[in-house]
Amino acid sequence: MIDVAPSHHKVHLIARHAEATIWLARYMERIENMARILDVTNTFARDADDTRNWLSIPRINGDLTEFYKKHTEATQRSVGEFYLLDQSNGTSVQSFIAAGRENARTLRALISTEMWLQINVFYARIRALTADTITPDHFTAVCAMLKDGAQAHTGITEGTLYRDQAWHFYMIGRYLERADQTTRLLDTRFHSLAPQSDAVDADLDAGQWNALLRAAAGYHAYRREHPNGYNAQEVACFMLVDTAFPRSVGLNLTQVGRHLTQLRRRYFLRMSPAMERLDQLSATLTEGNVSELAGRKLSPFLDYVQREIGGLHEDIVATFSH
Amino acid sequence: MAMDSIPERDSHLGKALSSDLILSIIPHCKTETRMQAGGAFQSQSQGQSQLQPHGTMQGYDPQSFFCEMLRPGQPQHPTLTLLMSRLAALPIESLRRRAQDAERDLLERGITFTVYSDATAIDRILPFDLIPRVITPAEWHQIETGVIQRVRALNMFLRDIYHERKILADKIVPAELVLKNAGYCQAMVGFNVPFNTYVHVCGTDIVRDETGAFRVLEDNARTPSGVAYVVENRHMSLRVMSDLMTSLRVRGVDEYGLRLHNAMAEIAPTGVDDPQVVVLSPGIFNSAYFEHVFLAREMGVPLVEGRDLTVEQGKVWMRTTSGLAQVHTIYRRIGDDFLDPDAFNPDSMLGVRGLIEAWRNGTVAIANAVGTGVADDKAIYAYMPRIIKYYLSEEPILQNVETRICAEPDALAYTLDHLHELVVKPVAESGGYGLLIGPHATKAELADFRALLRADPSNYISQPTLKLSVSPTLCADGVKPRHVDLRPFAVTGKDTWVLPGGLTRVALRPGSLVVNSSQGGGSKDTWVLA
Repeated sequence: MIDVAPSHHKVHLIARHAEATIWLARYMERIENMARILDVTNTFARDADDTRNWLSIPRINGDLTEFYKKHTEATQRSVGEFYLLDQSNGTSVQSFIAAGRENARTLRALISTEMWLQINVFYARIRALTADTITPDHFTAVCAMLKDGAQAHTGITEGTLYRDQAWHFYMIGRYLERADQTTRLLDTRFHSLAPQSDAVDADLDAGQWNALLRAAAGYHAYRREHPNGYNAQEVACFMLVDTAFPRSVGLNLTQVGRHLTQLRRRYFLRMSPAMERLDQLSATLTEGNVSELAGRKLSPFLDYVQREIGGLHEDIVATFSH
Repeated sequence: MAMDSIPERDSHLGKALSSDLILSIIPHCKTETRMQAGGAFQSQSQGQSQLQPHGTMQGYDPQSFFCEMLRPGQPQHPTLTLLMSRLAALPIESLRRRAQDAERDLLERGITFTVYSDATAIDRILPFDLIPRVITPAEWHQIETGVIQRVRALNMFLRDIYHERKILADKIVPAELVLKNAGYCQAMVGFNVPFNTYVHVCGTDIVRDETGAFRVLEDNARTPSGVAYVVENRHMSLRVMSDLMTSLRVRGVDEYGLRLHNAMAEIAPTGVDDPQVVVLSPGIFNSAYFEHVFLAREMGVPLVEGRDLTVEQGKVWMRTTSGLAQVHTIYRRIGDDFLDPDAFNPDSMLGVRGLIEAWRNGTVAIANAVGTGVADDKAIYAYMPRIIKYYLSEEPILQNVETRICAEPDALAYTLDHLHELVVKPVAESGGYGLLIGPHATKAELADFRALLRADPSNYISQPTLKLSVSPTLCADGVKPRHVDLRPFAVTGKDTWVLPGGLTRVALRPGSLVVNSSQGGGSKDTWVLA
């Protein structure tokens, strides 16, 4: 009689945990994005129209109605309170870290101890923020603390999270969120920078372009790639298509595609609807296409990209929601 | 300098001693001890010697309570002697700094339980006292064999009362006490469980009286909790007290997850090569969620909630990313009532519809089995010594706390006569009446209770008030004696294994006997010496 080796132990991932993993990544990514945009607005987007600058943040997040329910004017103080302190605002860092931690708690048996520990400590730090701590003299320091915490999370995850199914879902969540945030950022700023005509190489405010690129951590790279100045087409291509720019929509969607492929190949998950949607979306993100759209038509295009990113998330979750 | 035994606490003696020598005030000090100036200390070779508090331990006085570290009247273990001198040499400031580090560490790691009040949820830590409670190999041998014996008896009792009911027919335990018990589960009648194991995880609460004898206070045979703290407390000791532990031979506690997983695999339905085990939790809002995480992580299995499981085609499945996957063993941390809305509480949102039916059909194993609550009931507890003798023909290795069953005339008479010095507890099914602590009761309360007792004696058991042992504990005013208990954990599949350690809970308030975390209780690392 021949001894038959038992089949390799199969490690299952609970469907609810897969979804929590995507959300964990998204919420932690949102904290970093929020900190970036607040910081850049505070530091670089200071021109005559202060209200317009601060108002761009509720606009990016689709929060104008909610914001005006609670505040009459967009200032550093009111926008800071709304996004840094207000626990009842679902798009504040308070809500992001609470939701992130709750997902981490759900996943606590799955993620590394160090990931949990850092989120738990980060949570306590964010919860401790008060009106005294976000005053002008400290505003940048608070944003730096938030960025540090989110990046520490990213680094700890990179270094400690076991790379099985859950990791792929985590990475999909992160890349979907980055892609989404970049379209939002571009949408609002582009709206204010080039709304008048299709003559996109018209007189542009360099300071505003700087702020836009800095909010996406792309300023220096853009300068290097385009030392001659700003051009709306080039900025749009940089942020949507450039596969070297970590926050470009194109790069992030490519990464989503890679992880979907891994999930299909290694774990035999049925990812067809998401992959088909992704293929169609990626086909529109070419330099030629974006250059042609970079003007008045960019905004409807960005809306489309955002909808498709949301659709991707839904497709992925639908594959395991029985 | 040699000293006579049990010297009085008088001034000239106090002066003659160096400031480190406070042994004189310990009533249990019955042997000769030689002390040296400067705090170093040696015991005389003849006869038993006693450890003496000095250095940081100076002024430590357990009075008439048995002290787990000084251990009056017990053979000394060299490790304890070494530990005590290391501890005494640590400045109190160092202990306090370490205690602060430990507290912050527990909070940051989220080794917490959640306390809900009104709309708020607060994560609390179980306070950790960094001075370990030590158990010698000889003591551990008694605890381990005693716990194994008790678990065997519990399982045989459960097997019997759900099948032949011999122990009831032989009138060892009154039939109505078992059959009408709230924990008795009709669904279990005639149902066989693998290896006749009902209680797969058992937590036995053990105290030590003033003579140093271990006594079982209660059996926890349903879903005993606390094992996560056993392991986490050890990790904490290793982090903040590593110098104290250096080269000491303390038995490891890291095997728990592996042992538990093996037991869970053993009880899985036969014919399954690589059984899928899961931990079933009520979810992230449960106060013991941290422990559920710990168990899943240590066993390397998914942590699921009721909504992740479904029963189809008579089998239990979990919802995974690749569809339904069969589950073979469920280590559940949900009470019987909530397990299956079809079988028990129809309103339960936590359980899995059809689970009990699947279990009865043998497609899945559940640990602990349903219906074990009858065995860890207070009423049954009183009969445990007789249950052990009945099934095993052995004397109990671990004694109960002396318990009188008021249903029995002699016991009732004694209880009525000594009510002012006894603790009288209602047994499970009576409910509502609460318990009487004789020494703390007013005359009127005693009279009222006497009437209750006479009216329905079979609802009560009585026990003497306990003088629980103490262990040196870091307190606001220095290292002080505080009362402790011990909960070792036994894992049973085919056989029983006892984790060499246990949860030592400590009543942090001076004089308090209450070790519960909700009432000022904390915990200590428990070192079983090799």
